[in-house]
Amino acid sequence: MATFNLDITKEHCPMTFVKTKIELAKLQKGDILNVSLSAGEPLENVPRSATEQGFTVLSVAETGTKGIFNVEIQK
Amino acid sequence: MSETKQTKKLSIIAFSGDFDKLTAVFTLGTGAAAVGYEVNIFFTFWGLDAIKKKLGRSPVGKGFLPKVFGIFMGGLKAAPVSRLNFGGVSPKIFRYLMRKNNVATLEELVEAAKQLGINFYACEMAMHVLGLSKDDFIPEVKDVLGVASFLNLSEGGQTLFI
Repeated sequence: MATFNLDITKEHCPMTFVKTKIELAKLQKGDILNVSLSAGEPLENVPRSATEQGFTVLSVAETGTKGIFNVEIQK
Repeated sequence: MSETKQTKKLSIIAFSGDFDKLTAVFTLGTGAAAVGYEVNIFFTFWGLDAIKKKLGRSPVGKGFLPKVFGIFMGGLKAAPVSRLNFGGVSPKIFRYLMRKNNVATLEELVEAAKQLGINFYACEMAMHVLGLSKDDFIPEVKDVLGVASFLNLSEGGQTLFI
């Protein structure tokens, strides 16, 4: 089991979840992807879409930077 | 699993070769594919420009007239915008603005579409008229189809014409 990081804080629709999905596809089952994203559409969309796709959202937490969140997704 | 989830499907007829309309095709397509939709894009007429191997202006096609069309229309890099093209200046401005605002460019969307496994199909009739063969297209083009085959593969899902 390994942990990977993905920063999509500067991305916009549809690349927020597109990049997350492409990155998740590269991982092995059990691996974790830490996704840094912005509040608003990415924060609403990425955890929901990941769950719908059968991935497990382990945590959603605001980072030290206002409006930037970290979402832990397990494949 | 307590329930069987049916695969959702989006089929897009990409008729236009315009930069802005192709951006809409690939934005919708990649967005849908990322959230689990099966996505089929059927390229016909000017839309075929988006899947040519030659990205710029090139005499692609068999015969004199198709080659002239090929030079005038070009590939993905030569796509004009549907309004206020200003002789090809506007697509350059759009690409600049997209990069500046961290919005995926048309080329990035096409790459993402390939990585997400979106199904690309080319229209047999339009290819015939424009003197194009499957070898003129990028290898990700899965098949050359007619209307009946497209209707068959899009059945049961949503279909858009752009």
